[in-house]
Amino acid sequence: MTDRNENTKEQITTKIWREEAEPDNPFAAAASYCAGYNVYGDLLGKIGLIEYLWLLFKLDPPSKEQARMLEGLAVALANPGPRDHSVRGAMNAGVGGSTRASALIAAIAVGAGNLGGSREVYTAMQYWQQCGTELDSWISLIQNPPKEERCDVWPEMEHTPGFDPNGASCPTPVKQTLDHLSAIAQSKELVWLQAQRETLEQHAQAPLAFSGVAAATLFALGFEPEQAEILFLMLRLPGAAVHALEQEKMGWSRYPFFGDGLTLTNDPGPVTSND
Amino acid sequence: MTEQKENPLTGPERLKAYEDNWQTDMGAWFPGERVVLRGKDVFTELNEYSWMEYIVYAITGKSNPKLATIIEGLSLLSTSYPDPRLWNNRIAALAGTARSTGALALSAGIAASEASIYGLRPIKGALDFLYRASDKKKDGTSIEAIVKEELRINRCISGYGRPLVNADERIAPALHFLKSIEADRGEFLKLAFEIEDFLKSTRYKYRMNIAALNAATVADIGMTPDEYYYTSTLAFIGGILPCHLDTQSKPEGMFYPLPVGRIKSTSTSERIWVN
Repeated sequence: MTDRNENTKEQITTKIWREEAEPDNPFAAAASYCAGYNVYGDLLGKIGLIEYLWLLFKLDPPSKEQARMLEGLAVALANPGPRDHSVRGAMNAGVGGSTRASALIAAIAVGAGNLGGSREVYTAMQYWQQCGTELDSWISLIQNPPKEERCDVWPEMEHTPGFDPNGASCPTPVKQTLDHLSAIAQSKELVWLQAQRETLEQHAQAPLAFSGVAAATLFALGFEPEQAEILFLMLRLPGAAVHALEQEKMGWSRYPFFGDGLTLTNDPGPVTSND
Repeated sequence: MTEQKENPLTGPERLKAYEDNWQTDMGAWFPGERVVLRGKDVFTELNEYSWMEYIVYAITGKSNPKLATIIEGLSLLSTSYPDPRLWNNRIAALAGTARSTGALALSAGIAASEASIYGLRPIKGALDFLYRASDKKKDGTSIEAIVKEELRINRCISGYGRPLVNADERIAPALHFLKSIEADRGEFLKLAFEIEDFLKSTRYKYRMNIAALNAATVADIGMTPDEYYYTSTLAFIGGILPCHLDTQSKPEGMFYPLPVGRIKSTSTSERIWVN
């Protein structure tokens, strides 16, 4: 019940947002501004979702080409499909009748990792920051990946970030996405990645993956690794959501349980009863 | 890595070998019959374990009642503060005031406990640091040199210093508890205090926080940083749950409401969107 002086109250400082209060309620906004734009009085009806997403992250409008690139990436990532680890996480929530929030939490938790997940994109962005379009730097980094002296909560990378350690050749959709995104603005990084893909794959001993295309695109668009990590998580959620909802309706009995797929290698066997 | 040496398959062939084929010595459920964890029957061999003994066995593969007692005791004294201002607890409190569910509140609170300025990173980092410091000391490096090198590389020392306040009120009760179970005499605990003695004399004035004391205690039992990390993931729930229950039981939306004036905007001035 403290009634502090208005000037001494703790505040949330933000460059992103400004609000004006309703005259009858200081707890309700009459106007909200994102990076100077009136969201409900100006942007609404004028701005597309991808442009607004860009504005939220960058605080300035995108060029037409930048918006098209981010939109292209968003479409490519929106549904990794029901075999993807993160989507499978979400579907497991769906089939069990779990909360819908838990389906997205599952997709985020599973899709956050070093293998095909957002942490891989973050690390791949660091490779881009370090190497740019210098092939020799990439080869050197791939051959001598950085080793953390301190342990962290994240496991160490077990493969070159942006490449699929369990792949064969580069999958067609990955190449199609890279081709599409390169063609939009002929950005230096994506054109270079197209040209050097096979060389990089040989050194990484793995084909380029969606995480690698996402990292290259977000680097080319000037996003920070932290922004790329969180954007990659967000952009893949639509697929997780709809697959979870679909499986929720169909139920556990029509979803794989891998009933015969587990072998316990140290099974002590049934306990003999002495009763 | 062992599996790789034994199994030369790569790429899709390797994935194919794992399809519907999970071989494990961790555990399994035999429907309608029994459950096995790490080679032991849960109903007949683990049924008299305490819950924390079971968790310790699941993580380490070893039966260690004393370790379970230490983890329970230190979790209670160190990381179970029922204060909704603490950041991880506040997430659960916000979930309560916004009328989300208890499990979602707890999940988000635990996930956020994997923090940098408190929580799981310092917890794991403190143990990692003590092991490295001990190795260096055995090699003849002085405490001063060990600390200075750590500060030079990382600009902080996990387990020393604290946000908000310097002294840690948990040290005394934790030591009292450890003494009561004769777990306060180990070499790592001595090392932790030696490091504090040196730091107190420097311009940093860092004091030991509970993370170093707890890490030293489990180091004296031989826990690995990974084992300690996993047992610690549960350490915060004693603080998270009461904070959620508190706000859940009060009128909705009443937990630290913020009027518009509490946003301090550093945004650009108003402008108009041009398509």
